[in-house]
Amino acid sequence: MTTNTSEQQAVPFWRDERYLQVIIQVVLVGAVVGFIYYLIHNLVTGLEASGQPLTLSFLKQTAQFDIGEKLIEYSRASTYARAFLVGLLNTIKVSFLGIILATILGIIIGVARLSNNWLINKLASIYVEFLRNIPLLVLLVFLAAGVFFKLPKVQHAVALGKIAFLTNRGVFVAWGEPTASWPFYVWALIIALFVALVVAVILIRQGRETGRMPLYWLWGTVAFLVVAAIGWIVITLATPQPPLRLSLPELAGRNFKGGTSWSPEFMALLLGLVIYTAAYIAEVVRAGIQSVSKGQREAAGALGLSGFQTMRLVVFPQALRVIVPPLTSQYLNLTKNSSLAIAVGYPDLFAVGGTIINQSGRAIEAISLTMMVYLTFSLITSLFMNWYNQRIRLVER
Amino acid sequence: MTTTASTTQGEVLPPPTERYTVLGWLKKNLFGSWLDAILTILAALFIAWAVYTGANWVFKTARWDVIVNNFALFMKGQYPTEEAWRLWLVIYLAAAIGGLMWGVFVRSREMAGWLLLILPLLFALAALALGSNVWINVLLIDVVALVAYFLGRTFPKQLQRPTITLLLLYLPLILLIVRGFGENGFMPQVGTNFWGGLLLSLLLAIIGIVFSFPIGVLLALGRQSELKAIHWLSVIYIEVIRGVPLVTLLFMGMVMLPYVLPAGLRIDNFIRVAVAIVMFAAAYLAENVRGGLQSIPKGQYEAADAIALGGFAKMTRIILPQALRAVIPVLVGQFIGLFKDTSLVALVGLFDLLGIARAVLANPNYIGTQLEVYTFIALVYWVFSYGLSYASKRLETSLGVGER
Repeated sequence: MTTNTSEQQAVPFWRDERYLQVIIQVVLVGAVVGFIYYLIHNLVTGLEASGQPLTLSFLKQTAQFDIGEKLIEYSRASTYARAFLVGLLNTIKVSFLGIILATILGIIIGVARLSNNWLINKLASIYVEFLRNIPLLVLLVFLAAGVFFKLPKVQHAVALGKIAFLTNRGVFVAWGEPTASWPFYVWALIIALFVALVVAVILIRQGRETGRMPLYWLWGTVAFLVVAAIGWIVITLATPQPPLRLSLPELAGRNFKGGTSWSPEFMALLLGLVIYTAAYIAEVVRAGIQSVSKGQREAAGALGLSGFQTMRLVVFPQALRVIVPPLTSQYLNLTKNSSLAIAVGYPDLFAVGGTIINQSGRAIEAISLTMMVYLTFSLITSLFMNWYNQRIRLVER
Repeated sequence: MTTTASTTQGEVLPPPTERYTVLGWLKKNLFGSWLDAILTILAALFIAWAVYTGANWVFKTARWDVIVNNFALFMKGQYPTEEAWRLWLVIYLAAAIGGLMWGVFVRSREMAGWLLLILPLLFALAALALGSNVWINVLLIDVVALVAYFLGRTFPKQLQRPTITLLLLYLPLILLIVRGFGENGFMPQVGTNFWGGLLLSLLLAIIGIVFSFPIGVLLALGRQSELKAIHWLSVIYIEVIRGVPLVTLLFMGMVMLPYVLPAGLRIDNFIRVAVAIVMFAAAYLAENVRGGLQSIPKGQYEAADAIALGGFAKMTRIILPQALRAVIPVLVGQFIGLFKDTSLVALVGLFDLLGIARAVLANPNYIGTQLEVYTFIALVYWVFSYGLSYASKRLETSLGVGER
């Protein structure tokens, strides 16, 4: 009992928690760094032994391969860096379109799962339960090999009116073709956008003052459309031709002319990503709407709000709080899943990376670059998510 | 009149129960309003069209011989037929463990009924491929599961520990059985390049979830740690892995793993892919476990401190048991996701279910049967994923897992 003080002073440092914490961290970091150094050392010596030291200089060499689909100028004489850029833009294109379409389809199916109509409800459930339990990759190869490449040849295309033709070379659809007056119309569109923003801002300010928020997004859209329509009419009257001319696809020899076309690879990838992700988004939407308690709806009804007002002012804002975080991660998933394009032959970032590996033998550099890009996407997404969560966080007490 | 009289006397009637005639049900659920009626008719037309087209294809157009002739290939890849009994042994073991677990932990007759009806059907599918004594095997499996179930039901106390031990030993045991040992003799070695089809998909998924479990738990604890270095190392690992697609990791594993290991150490494709899958699964598992850790109230930590438990004992005896129990449903979901994700190994040249499907389609005898083959493997994936999620849902409700 009396020796306590002397013992307390003599706590050896290996039992003193303050020292222990520092020691543990130093040892652990040392071990991890040492391990990684060991791996990299092996990698570098191995690569040097095979005559291919790690370097990014190969990006400046000419690629010497073709890419089927491109949004920017690219040819065999372009550099590897340019090829990467083409792949990146293709990834962004398919992800962007996929996110928009998957959101629309997902909301429809999510709402259908809550429908009172028994048949609609069950159909939506079957859709979700089926797609959530098969691998996306199987769906993609199914759509590519089983559907889009099995469409008839160009000469026997499946015609949907005169507007669209389905063939095994792609889907050909009617498209607006810019004419000489198109550049003027671009300016008209910019003005329309400006007017729409002004209208929305005025309405929001008015709403803040009066306490009755008008449908600012609706009136903004109306303003945009009105100005855009006026611009169209004015330009058509002033110059002899409208800004866009309807161009119908027509069979000319062994291919279609006019309109625009989407390759079977692109269609398979886009459709696969959309219907697969929509099943997940549907669940997110359903969970979000169900998370708003029944009392909220009843209270809104008691205040005399109409059904639409209840949705807009009470249910939707609260559901959004639950929906947005998982929805964002579904968007990120879709973007990452677009790397499966390699299975259907669509030249996205990863597929182009694969071709570059075959051409240049720079496997590790090319895959690392690809990973960096996906990491950047994911970082941007999580930054947005943090910002959003901060903004909508419930302020408690 | 009489009812009004009785209510005025203060008797409170229960609310009327909802009871419909067939027409009433139809009116409420299908033809509630004009819009509803239109939607119902459209949906009915769609269903009729889909069923007609589907049935027409399944029974008339489709060439199912490609599936029938290659069934063994789809199930076990190039695994030698004379050694197929080892795969049966693996299924027997699974049936025994499943039966024991159901008997010891669930103990409801209705559940057992479901198990014993559904599982043999699933295995019968696999069975068709593996030899001529298929039906005997399926029956015996059913019997094994039943016996195990009743044993577990009768001696739940005594069998609890053996059951869990068996469950933990299952993966090493099946790896030993499937791989074998020695050149020839009792169980000759079957190289990983012979593993394929559904066998490979399932093995990769099981290996992925089992090996990633300890890593994932450590990472989750690391992320919660107050020690900055440990916290940030865990965060960086988790976020980097979660930020890139699995297929890039698989390529990295295939290309880089041979380089980063000491020169001269050769590893086969199976292990390269398995390492990538384990690394990938660990990051996701860590996030799931973190969810469980966050659901533990602070009082539990404080109580553990109050009874003077050390850091290690606090985690293993108080926090982790509760946290892991809370995340079991999520982990089952992750296992299903992992099983689906194993299809990506086909992209790096392994012959899992999808890889075998592509190999079969490359055979000139089966040109143009993409729809049949891909429909079939999609169905196999679906049966396993949906069956597992259904079973785990039932297990959760009866065990009260995930609720506190």
